[in-house]
Formats: sequence, structure tokens, C-alpha cells
Amino acid sequence: MRNYEVTFIVDPVLSSDEIKGTAQTYEDLVKDGGGKIVNMDEMGLRQLAYPINRRSSGIYYSLEFEIESGAIISNLELSMRRDERIMRFLTVALDKYGVKYNEDKREGKIGKITKKDKKDKKDGRKPSRSAAPTEAVAASKAKAPAPVPTKPPVPPAVTKTEEE
Amino acid sequence: MANRDDIKFLSNPNIGKQRKKYCRFRKFGIKHIDYKDPDFLAQFINEQGKILPRRISGNSLKYQKKVAVAIKRSRHLAMLPYVTDLFK
Repeated sequence: MRNYEVTFIVDPVLSSDEIKGTAQTYEDLVKDGGGKIVNMDEMGLRQLAYPINRRSSGIYYSLEFEIESGAIISNLELSMRRDERIMRFLTVALDKYGVKYNEDKREGKIGKITKKDKKDKKDGRKPSRSAAPTEAVAASKAKAPAPVPTKPPVPPAVTKTEEE
Repeated sequence: MANRDDIKFLSNPNIGKQRKKYCRFRKFGIKHIDYKDPDFLAQFINEQGKILPRRISGNSLKYQKKVAVAIKRSRHLAMLPYVTDLFK
């Protein structure tokens, strides 16, 4: 058994039915080829980092599936290449860590990084490092006040990313 | 004995001390780097969108290669820019 992941970008100009239909086409294609769909993730409308076909946004889909052999992949890619509704695609073979990662992500074990989070982490690191050469008492003193102000900003940061 | 805490320094004694860099993937046991997470990968590129070298990011060779592949995949999917200015 092999695990693959196909990520593709659908043209946002299409109607929502057409967009869903496009995603469904490839899901069916994999199923007909004897694959088992592990997960179909609609990542939604996102801004592109650079324009593709004069579009500045796209609808991202990620299709993870399990299949006996990779023979279907060339077929799948060919039809994607011919499909005008698809702006970009990427097929990746997943190793065991990739499969595990995706599982964890679905269960919500993997958090999102935000800029605020990064700052918090740095704040958290500073006291522990500077305190390392000094006494343990100093470390606990330095650590104790640090988490209190850093904790409250975390939940709003997470919800912000979800809204986006 | 005077504790180190009791001694008052005129300047911060930790200034100029080099922090030991470490590979965060090894340290935290991260085995897989997701190319669909541009916010995470943004930590490894500079403001022009170039991949940071190991000497700055501190990654081990094994994971630096994986980071590089993930960033390149992410660029292909237009989640990260190939070239840009003032990315951050």
C-alpha cells in the first residue's frame, strides 16, 4: 500500500457547484482506480503568493489516498493537466511520518503558528536560557512571571487564524 | 558567599554571549515537514523569499534538506513566493 497526496488549486471564478464538481471528479477517478480516499480536505479560498493565469486567488484542495500501486498517478496528472479548471497541482508520495502527521492534523493535535506565537516562544526561551548559568531559584523567579503575561494572547491568536 | 543574583552588574552580563544554535526538528522530534503550512515555513526564509542557510537556521543537514524541499513545493503551489521584497 502506498499513500499519496494530491494538492490542487481550482479556478475561483467558477461557480461553487463547478468547483465542488471538479474536486469530486478526481475523488471518483481515484476511487475507480481502486484507491481508498483517506481524506479530502477543502482548504478554501486563499490568496496566491504570485499570480497564476492572471488570478490572484485560488481554491485549494488536498486529496489524500491509499492505493496498491502508483500506476494511476500518471493518468490522474494527465487529466489534471488537461483540465482548464485546475490552475496548479502537486502530487506527493507520503512516507509513514507524513501519514502520521496528516492523521494528527485531522485530530487537531498540530497547532498553527502565528506571529504572536513566535514572539511568545522567544519570550519563553529567554528567561530559561539566561537563567541557566545562575541558580535554580533565579530560574524559577524568571520563569514564574513570564508565562502569566504570555498565556492570554495565545487563544485570540489561534482563533484569528481560524477566521482567516 | 555572594550569590550571583546579589552582584549588581553595570551592564547585562549576558550581552555578547552566543546562544548555542540547535536543530528544532531534532530537539522536538518533528519528523515530517508540511509543505501546506506556509506560516511555519516562513521561519526559514528571508524577506526576499530565499531559503536561510543552515548556519543561520541551525538545522541539521537531514532536516535542512527536508525544509528546502518543503519550501520548494510550497512555492510551486503559490503558498510562498519565488521572489519578493519585504516578505515579513
